[in-house]
Amino acid sequence: MSKMVEIRWHGRGGQGAKTASLLLADAAFNTGKFVQGFPEYGPERMGAPITAYNRISDERCSLHCNIYEPDYVVIVDATLLTAVDATGGLKPDGGIIINSAKEPEELRPLLDGYEGRIYTIDAGKIAEEEIGRNIPNTPMLAAVVVVSGVIPEDEFLNDMEGSMKHKFANKPQVIEGNMRAIKRSMREVKGL
Amino acid sequence: MGIRERLSGNEAVAIALKQINPDVLAAYPITPSTEVPQYFAQYVADGEVDTEFIAVESEHSAMSACIAAAAAGGRTATITSACGLALMWELLYVASGTRLPITLAVVNRALSAPININNDHSDSMGARDSGWIQLYSENNQEAYDNYLMSLRIAEHKDVMLPVMVCQDGFITSHAVENIELIEGEKVKNFVGEYVPKHSLIGGEPISIGPYDTPQFYFEHAYQRAQAMINSKKVILDVSKEFAALTGREYGLFEEYKMEDAERAIIVLNSSAGTAKGACDLLRAKGEKVGVLKLRVFRPFPLEELSKAISHLKAVAVMDKADSFSAMGGPLFTDVRSACYDLKTRPHIINYIYGLGGRDVRVEDFTLVFDALKQVVVDDRPGEIYRHVGVRGVQ
Repeated sequence: MSKMVEIRWHGRGGQGAKTASLLLADAAFNTGKFVQGFPEYGPERMGAPITAYNRISDERCSLHCNIYEPDYVVIVDATLLTAVDATGGLKPDGGIIINSAKEPEELRPLLDGYEGRIYTIDAGKIAEEEIGRNIPNTPMLAAVVVVSGVIPEDEFLNDMEGSMKHKFANKPQVIEGNMRAIKRSMREVKGL
Repeated sequence: MGIRERLSGNEAVAIALKQINPDVLAAYPITPSTEVPQYFAQYVADGEVDTEFIAVESEHSAMSACIAAAAAGGRTATITSACGLALMWELLYVASGTRLPITLAVVNRALSAPININNDHSDSMGARDSGWIQLYSENNQEAYDNYLMSLRIAEHKDVMLPVMVCQDGFITSHAVENIELIEGEKVKNFVGEYVPKHSLIGGEPISIGPYDTPQFYFEHAYQRAQAMINSKKVILDVSKEFAALTGREYGLFEEYKMEDAERAIIVLNSSAGTAKGACDLLRAKGEKVGVLKLRVFRPFPLEELSKAISHLKAVAVMDKADSFSAMGGPLFTDVRSACYDLKTRPHIINYIYGLGGRDVRVEDFTLVFDALKQVVVDDRPGEIYRHVGVRGVQ
C-alpha cells in the first residue's frame, strides 16, 4: 500500500465508533504505518450520531481536517443510513461497510443512487453472542480490516490482543470476547 | 533513536509531564480542564512520579497553588483549556510579575458564549499580554517536544518567566497519531534539576510578592519586559540543544516552501499541517506559494519574521481568534506592524477562520491562496479583514 487510505465512521454515542477508530489506528500503527484516529466532537450523548475518522499511510500525514472523500465508510448503526449522508464523498472505487443482518443489495435502495460496493456484517448479533453486549465496534473493525486490506489479516489478529491490552488496561475481562467476535466477523462479512 | 509510539496530544503532554516529574502539579481535575490531569493522577496513584498533585477547586486556585509552589522553590506545572484559562487570568499576571518559571499546557478551545467546547485560539490569545512566553504546536510531537523545552526556557536565569505550550483542542489533543518519544533517562538529563536562585524554602529569609510602590513597580515591569526580550535567544539555544538530542529542529517559526514563494499563509498550530497540504497541491500546479508556521508568538519574533516575508508579494495572516477591534485578529496586527519598517513589504491581509471548531479544510487554504493571487494582480490588499469558512460570507 503506497497511497493513503481514509476511512469515515458513522455511529451512535455509546456504540464505540470512536474506540473502533482508535483500535484501527493502533493495529495499523503496529504494522509500521503512520496513522491518525480522531473523532468529531459534538454533543456527547448516548444515541446521538457521531463521526470518527482514520488516515493510514506510509508517511506522516500533515492534514488536520475531517475526511470529505473517504475510501471507506463504516456504518456502525444501520438506522443512520437514512439519518446522515452516509455515502457523501465516498470514492467510486471504495466501499461502504454496514452493520446489518441483511444482504448488501437489500440496502442499496437506501443509499441515494450509490453505485459502488456494499458490504454487510451482522456485528450486533456477533457482539451479543460473543461479548455479551450489543457493542458492535470490534466486529465492525474486523470487517473493515478484511474489506479494506489496509492491514494484513494475520498481523491484525496478532496485534489486536496487544492493542486491547493497551486500550482496556483497566478492563481485562472484555478482551477475550472481543477477540472471538473479531475472528467470527472476519469470516462472516458479506459482499466480498 | 527514540521510542516509536502512537498517542493523542493529551497523552503526549501527560507523558512529557511524567518524564519531567515536577515537584508540584496543581490542576482542576474536570471540565473545562483536559484529560491530562486525569492521566497524571494515574501516574501519581501508580507511584510513577513523586509529584505533589493538588486537585484544586478551580483554575484560579490551580494557578494560585502553582504560584505558591514555585515561590517555595518547586518545579511547578499545570494544564488547562478555554474558560479554565480565562479563570486563571488574574493569576497569570501574578506568575509572570513574580518571575516564577511555571509551565502550563494549554489545550486551545473557544470561549463562551455561545457555549462551545471546540477548538479556536480565543483562550491563549486573550492571555497574550500577560507576560507569559507562548509556544504553539502543530501536532502531538510538537506539543511533547515544546513542553520538554518549555521548562528549560522558563527557568533560564536570563528569562525567569512562565511559559504556556499550546495545542489545538480535539484536533490534536484527542487525535491519535504517531510520535517519537525520548527515553526517560535522556529527558531527565535534558531537563536537569531546577535550582531556584531565591525561594521561600531555603537558607535566606525573604518575602515574595509584597506590595510594590510607585517607586519600584515600573522598574520591575521593565525587567519583566526585558526578560521577554532575552527569552528569544534562550528559546533558540534550548531548541538547538534539543535538536542535538533528538534530530528535531525548531526555530522561532517553520518556513515551508518559502524560499521562492510569492504568496504565503502565516498560521499557528494544527491548521499549519492542512495549509501545507494546500500548498503542495498548488505547488504541483506550478504556483509559488508557501506556509510560515509561527511557533513562538510571545516573544514576537519581529526582525526574523519581517525578514522572512519581506520578499513576498502577498501574505494572508490566519487568526483563529478575533480581537473584535474591527481591524483584524491578534496575529495579523502583530505581523502587519512588524513589517512597517521594511523598505519593500508584501500586501498583508487577515483571515479569521475556524472559530468554535469549524473544520478547516484544504479547500479553505486554496481559497485563501487564490484570494492572494487577486491581491497580487490588483497590487493592493482590498479588504484586509476577511473571513473564511463562515456561511454566507465571502
